Amino acid sequence: MARYIAKRVLMLIPVMLGISLVVLILIDITPGDPARMVLGAQATQEQVDELREELGLNDPLPVRYGRFLWSVLHGDFGTSLLTKRPVADEMLERFPYTLMLVTLGTLLSVLIGIPIGIFAAVNQHSWKDNAAIFLSLIAVSMPNFWFALLLIRFFGVRLRWLPISRVAVWQGWILPCATMALGLAALIARQMRSDMLEVLRQDYITTARAKGLADGRLIYRHALKNAMIPVIMVIGGIFGTSLGGSLITEVIFSIPGLGQYIMTGLYNRDYPVIQSGILIVSALFAVIILIVDVIFALVDPRIRLQYTGKAKRKAGKQVGKETQAIENF
Amino acid sequence: MAKEILLAIRNLVVKYHTDDAVIHAVNNVNLAVKKGETIGLVGETGAGKTTIARSILRILPPHTAKIVSGEILFSGRDITKLSEKEMCKIRGNKIAMIFQDPMTALNPIETVGFQIAEAIQLHNRISRSEAERRACNMLEMVGIPMERYSEYPHQFSGGMKQRVVIAMALSCNPELILADEPTTALDVTIQAQVLAMMQSLKKRLGTSVVLITHDLGVVANTCNSVAVVYAGEIVEYGTVEHIFDFASHPYTLGLFGSLPKLDSRERRLKPIKGLMPDPTALPQGCRFYDRCPEAVRKCSQTAPGEVEIAPGHLVKCIKAKGGAA
Ligand SMILES: Nc1ncnc2c1ncn2[C@@H]1O[C@H](COP(=O)(O)OP(=O)(O)OP(=O)(O)O)[C@@H](O)[C@H]1O
Ligand SMILES: [Mg+2]
Repeated sequence: MARYIAKRVLMLIPVMLGISLVVLILIDITPGDPARMVLGAQATQEQVDELREELGLNDPLPVRYGRFLWSVLHGDFGTSLLTKRPVADEMLERFPYTLMLVTLGTLLSVLIGIPIGIFAAVNQHSWKDNAAIFLSLIAVSMPNFWFALLLIRFFGVRLRWLPISRVAVWQGWILPCATMALGLAALIARQMRSDMLEVLRQDYITTARAKGLADGRLIYRHALKNAMIPVIMVIGGIFGTSLGGSLITEVIFSIPGLGQYIMTGLYNRDYPVIQSGILIVSALFAVIILIVDVIFALVDPRIRLQYTGKAKRKAGKQVGKETQAIENF
Repeated sequence: MAKEILLAIRNLVVKYHTDDAVIHAVNNVNLAVKKGETIGLVGETGAGKTTIARSILRILPPHTAKIVSGEILFSGRDITKLSEKEMCKIRGNKIAMIFQDPMTALNPIETVGFQIAEAIQLHNRISRSEAERRACNMLEMVGIPMERYSEYPHQFSGGMKQRVVIAMALSCNPELILADEPTTALDVTIQAQVLAMMQSLKKRLGTSVVLITHDLGVVANTCNSVAVVYAGEIVEYGTVEHIFDFASHPYTLGLFGSLPKLDSRERRLKPIKGLMPDPTALPQGCRFYDRCPEAVRKCSQTAPGEVEIAPGHLVKCIKAKGGAA
């Protein structure tokens, strides 16, 4: 397993190289001059040219790419043109907020989505399933920002129960997390339902039923474990994507997170922020996916055994010996 | 010596409801299995053999399949009327099933040993380690070294998977085994072993077997009686000797390759020209009419009734006559 993980980490290197190159090219071809953005509209063309030269913006692309990689390898993610502070520091300050939002939001959506998905699948062909599908369809299609505004109006303004933009206190996290969780919970529920239905159709479920297992054990032991495998994949994807992409929630609830940071960078053509920000966020995403794959391998023996080789055989012998011991006894 | 009847199926009708059609899979089937006896169900693919077996265990696909009418008496109790809870006590314990397709019959993410032990522990008041020990014994019994207890289905070959399924079915010493083509996936030597194993269990415990097979040799060697299934009906039924020597239904004759003999070297059922009628729109008269070499006009108009051509030998054909065929 360790070798598998090591291999996967090594595979991240070309991926990261590719991503940083693509980002650099994209910045290069987007209109708007970073130097002009820094200096403002009043600055003369000479001043702008001078700053471009200073920032190395006039160098050819491969040179800039090399320079960027070189500094990243030395732990230098550049300095924001706007705030003149190291990008790494600014991101580190913002990371806990995003992590908190995404973790709580994902957790909430898992806690809501999975039981609903199971409930719907188990009650297929009944009004309960139809009701669950209908609600999840509404939840998936409801725009995030609109739901956030509804929450704010109702719980924040009308009832005055919850703060609307103060994540310094824990109550402040409730509305942002609810906003995030609505669509995601519905997404997870739908995935869970379809996987569960798929698994319940399988022959091995009939075999388990023929053994005399009651519905409960059949569903929670045999079906759920199998159906969870693709759901874990979806949850991991959601978690990873949200790390860089929970922008709307962050903006609406004034959460100083990563999404907002990169968005501001994009808006201001603050290219060090864009470059390093996207690089770091995609690295995070890749790590999350790696973790998901490891979980995958732990749940699914078909994958696990590819990496552990003969280890399981030995475990088998162990049981055999034990039983022999019992027999001898 | 009249043996006690363990399983009696009376006028069983099973239908599948799909989105656009109703499939008449089993139509008025009558069947009796005595204690310790093996009955063979033979017939073409799609005849309804698996559906009959699944009805007995009540593991038809929920929502699509329905037992419309009929009784399935097991030890005198009507299975169709039992609660789910009572059924759970029968399944795997009193009646066990060996499934047709071993490749998909096992849970891919549980060890084979666990899957056997689970059934054992479910129906016996024993500890987990005792259940595991018995599961190991079952594995050895079907010729799989118990060291492989903790392996997963994908590490087993098709034949080994089938033996695991068989071990699972036999693990609680059921009174009735529904064996749905148990040896189709196995090579010939293992086939013989598995059949011998089932035979010995049958002798030792007086287990009854419903054996679904396409192999006439297997029928001749292991069955006491045979039911020939066609389009959801039993068209001929009798003791194995009678069926082999005095087969009367044109379909049976076709299947057996005109002149069947108990010691014949023809093992496989013969393909018959034509197709079985569409189970969503069964013909009014005899279902075999289109393919029958001896059909007369009357056959297309009225469904033939059952004729007892010899004691215990029933044929659904208007040409069949009482007495010898
Ligand atoms: N789940 C299902 N939904 C709809 N129709 C079904 C289903 N299972 C079986 N059938 C139909 O019921 C009929 C009987 O099928 P069954 O599986 O009992 O045949 P069989 O005799 O076991 O065939 P085989 O020898 O191929 O196993 C067929 O027409 C089949 O198409
Ligand atoms: Mg079948």
